Amino acid sequence: MVLAESGFSSPRNDAFPAGLRVLVVDDDPTWLKILEKMLKKCSYEVTTCCLAREALNLLRERKDGYDIVISDVNMPDMDGFKLLEHVGLEMDLPVIMMSVDGETSRVMKGVQHGACDYLLKPIRMKELRNIWQHVFRKKIHEVRDIESLEGFESIQMTRSGYDLFDDGHFLSGDDTTSGRKRKDADNKHDDRELSDPSSTKKARVVWTVDLHQKFVKAVNQIGFDKVGPKKILDLMNVPWLTRENVASHLQKYRLYLSRLQKESDIKNSFIGMKHSDLPSKDSTASFGPHKAMNMIPDDVPNGTYSFSASNSLAQNVDLKGQGDLKGITSAPVAEPKGALSIDIHDSHEAKSTQMSFDHSLGSVDSAVSFASFNSTTPLQYPWTEIPEIQFKQECEPLHLENGFSQLPLPGPSMIENEANRSRIEVKPLLDESRSNFVEHLGPVGAEDLFPIQSKSQSLNNQVFDLISATKSSMKTQDVGLNYLADSEFALRNLNASGVGVPLATLSEDLQICWLQGDCYPMNYGLQDLECSTNDNPALMAETPFHLYDVLRFDHEHLFDPTEYYAIDQGLFA
Amino acid sequence: MDVVNQLQRQFIDYSASLHREGFLDDQFTQLQKLQDDNSPDFVVEVASLFFEDCEKLINNMARALEQQQGVDFKQVDASVHQLKGSSSSIGAMRVKDVCIAFRSFCEAQNREGCLRCLQQVTHEYSLLKNKLQTLFRLQQQILAAGGSIPVVE
Repeated sequence: MVLAESGFSSPRNDAFPAGLRVLVVDDDPTWLKILEKMLKKCSYEVTTCCLAREALNLLRERKDGYDIVISDVNMPDMDGFKLLEHVGLEMDLPVIMMSVDGETSRVMKGVQHGACDYLLKPIRMKELRNIWQHVFRKKIHEVRDIESLEGFESIQMTRSGYDLFDDGHFLSGDDTTSGRKRKDADNKHDDRELSDPSSTKKARVVWTVDLHQKFVKAVNQIGFDKVGPKKILDLMNVPWLTRENVASHLQKYRLYLSRLQKESDIKNSFIGMKHSDLPSKDSTASFGPHKAMNMIPDDVPNGTYSFSASNSLAQNVDLKGQGDLKGITSAPVAEPKGALSIDIHDSHEAKSTQMSFDHSLGSVDSAVSFASFNSTTPLQYPWTEIPEIQFKQECEPLHLENGFSQLPLPGPSMIENEANRSRIEVKPLLDESRSNFVEHLGPVGAEDLFPIQSKSQSLNNQVFDLISATKSSMKTQDVGLNYLADSEFALRNLNASGVGVPLATLSEDLQICWLQGDCYPMNYGLQDLECSTNDNPALMAETPFHLYDVLRFDHEHLFDPTEYYAIDQGLFA
Repeated sequence: MDVVNQLQRQFIDYSASLHREGFLDDQFTQLQKLQDDNSPDFVVEVASLFFEDCEKLINNMARALEQQQGVDFKQVDASVHQLKGSSSSIGAMRVKDVCIAFRSFCEAQNREGCLRCLQQVTHEYSLLKNKLQTLFRLQQQILAAGGSIPVVE
C-alpha cells in the first residue's frame, strides 16, 4: 500500500523514462490531441484535460499519480501561472509551460513562477522526449536533500517521529490519510532506499492545508524579512519536515505572494478609480490606488477608521512591500497635534528590498506633512488595516503631495481627539512579517514605531493620513470608499508582504476579510459604511494590536484553508 | 499500379504546392509523421478538430466585434490568441500570420482593422479547409487503390 501510493510503481515497470506519467493541460483540443499522440510516441503515460481546475482535481485526487505536468499558459478558467503555483505549492511536481507566445517577458514569468521549462508552440518531438530530465533532476535533488547532513538529522528525527505513527496509523491509509501521514510513509520508504538514489521514492512533501498554515504562521512570526528555511522549520515543529522541503516551499510561496500582490495592485488601481468621485477635499493625490486619498477630507483623519477596516486586511498586509510601506508603522506620531510630518521618503528606502511593488515610499517624496495627525500619542492603528500602503505601492511617487498638502488638518483639537480615540497602535507594525510596516520597523526596532519622524515611512504616513483624513471626514460614503480602498490596499499589502494568506481577489478577499473580521461592521458597499468612528475607536481600543494578536487574527481568518485557496481560485476544495 | 503512382505523384505535387504557397508549414509534416498504425486517421482527425475550433473562434470574434455598445477588445484578442495557437498546431501558416496582424489591431482597439482581419482570417480558413479536404481525398484514393501515402519532406 505504501508502494502503491508512492506513485512510482507504474513507471518502474519499464526502464525510466518510459512510462513517465504526464498530465497535459491545454484548452485547445487540437493541441491536446497532438500532444497526447506525441507523448505516447515517447512511451509516456499520458492523461489529458482541458481545464486547469480539472487538472488540479486530478492531481489532488492522486497525489502521487503523476510525475510531471505540462500546461498551456493561456487557459479560460485559470491562468497557467496560477496553476503552476498551485502545483508547485501543493504537489511539488515539475511543471512545464507551453505557449504560442514566446515573448521573453512571458518566458521569464514562467521561470519566475517555478516552471522548469517553457516550450514554444509548435512543439517538436525532441522537446517532449527530453522532459523526463526534469523529473529525474527533481528526484535527485530530493534524494540529495535527504542525504545531506541536515537531511540526515531530520531523517533521524523523522524516524523517531515515525515510530509514533507506526503500526497502522499511516500504512493503512490511502487517500484518506492526511498528507502528512503519507509523507511519513514516503519518508520512511525513502529512508530505506537512500542507498539507491535512482530508485528512491521521492520524499515528496504534501503540503496540506494544515502544514501550509503552520508554515505561514511561522513565516509571520519570524517576520517575512528575516525568514529563512531553518527558522521556519524550527518554528513549525514538524519532525518529519526537512529544511529543504521548507526552502523550496518558501520559494514558491514568495512567488505566489508576489503574483497576488500584483493582482491586487491592479485591482486596487481599479478600485481607486472608482472612488475618485468621492468628495474628497482635494485629493489630487493619486495614490496608487489613488482615490483613496481623494477622500481624505481635511479633517483630521479618524485613524481608527481605516484601521478598523483593515483588521482583517491588516493581516494581509504584505510584508513584501517592505520597502515601501514600512513607514506606516511609525506613522507620524511626531508631533502631537501638529501636522504629522511624515517624511515620506525616509528610511524606507533602506528597507525596501523585496518589495515586489515598486512603489517605494521613498518615491513618495512629497514630504507629506500630515499635519492633522497630531500624534501625541503613538498612533495606534491596526496596521493591518493600512491598506493604504497599497496605494502607495501602486502609485509611483504618490502624488501624495497633492493629496496631503491638501489635507487641511483640522484643528489640533480634533486631531487630538481622533488620535486619542484611535489609539492606533503601531506595534503591530513591529511584526515584520506583517507588512511593510513591519519591515520598516524591523531594523529599526519597536521604539521606532512611535516616534514618527523619519522612520515613518512615507507610506505609513500617507496611509495614516489618508485614513485619518478619511476618517475625519467620516462621511459614510467617503469612509466606505476609503475603507474599501484601504482594505484593498491592505490586502495587497498583506499579500505583498506575504503575511497572510494571499487573497487573490481583492474584492473577494475584502469581502471575506471583512466578513471575518468582526471588527468591521462595514459592508463592502459604500452605502452601508457604518464604520463610524465610534466603532473604530472600539476597535482601536482593542489594540494595541499586538503582533500576535494580529497573527492570531490572521490565522483565524486568513488561514482558513478554504479562504486561502478558495479565495484565490475557488479551487481549493 | 500506375494509378497508384499517378495518385501518389499528384499527392506529392499538391502537398508541395500547399507548402510553397504558405498554406501549410513543417508542423503539418510532423503531424503526418505522427500518424501510424495505432492512429491511421490521425491527421484527418486533428484537422477536423482544428476546423471546429476555428469556426467557434471566428464566431466569437464576429460576435464581439458586432457589439454596437462597445467592443470588448480583450475578448477579441483572447480569441485571436487562441486561434493563433490552434493554427500553429496543424501548421496553418497563413491563418497564423493574419492572427498576428489581428492582434495588433486589437491592441490598438481599431475596430475597422479588426473587422478586416476577421474577414481575412475567415477567407484563409475557408481556403485552407478546401485545400486540406482535397488533399485528404487524394489520400483516400491512394489508399483505396492499394497504395501508401508518401511522406513529403
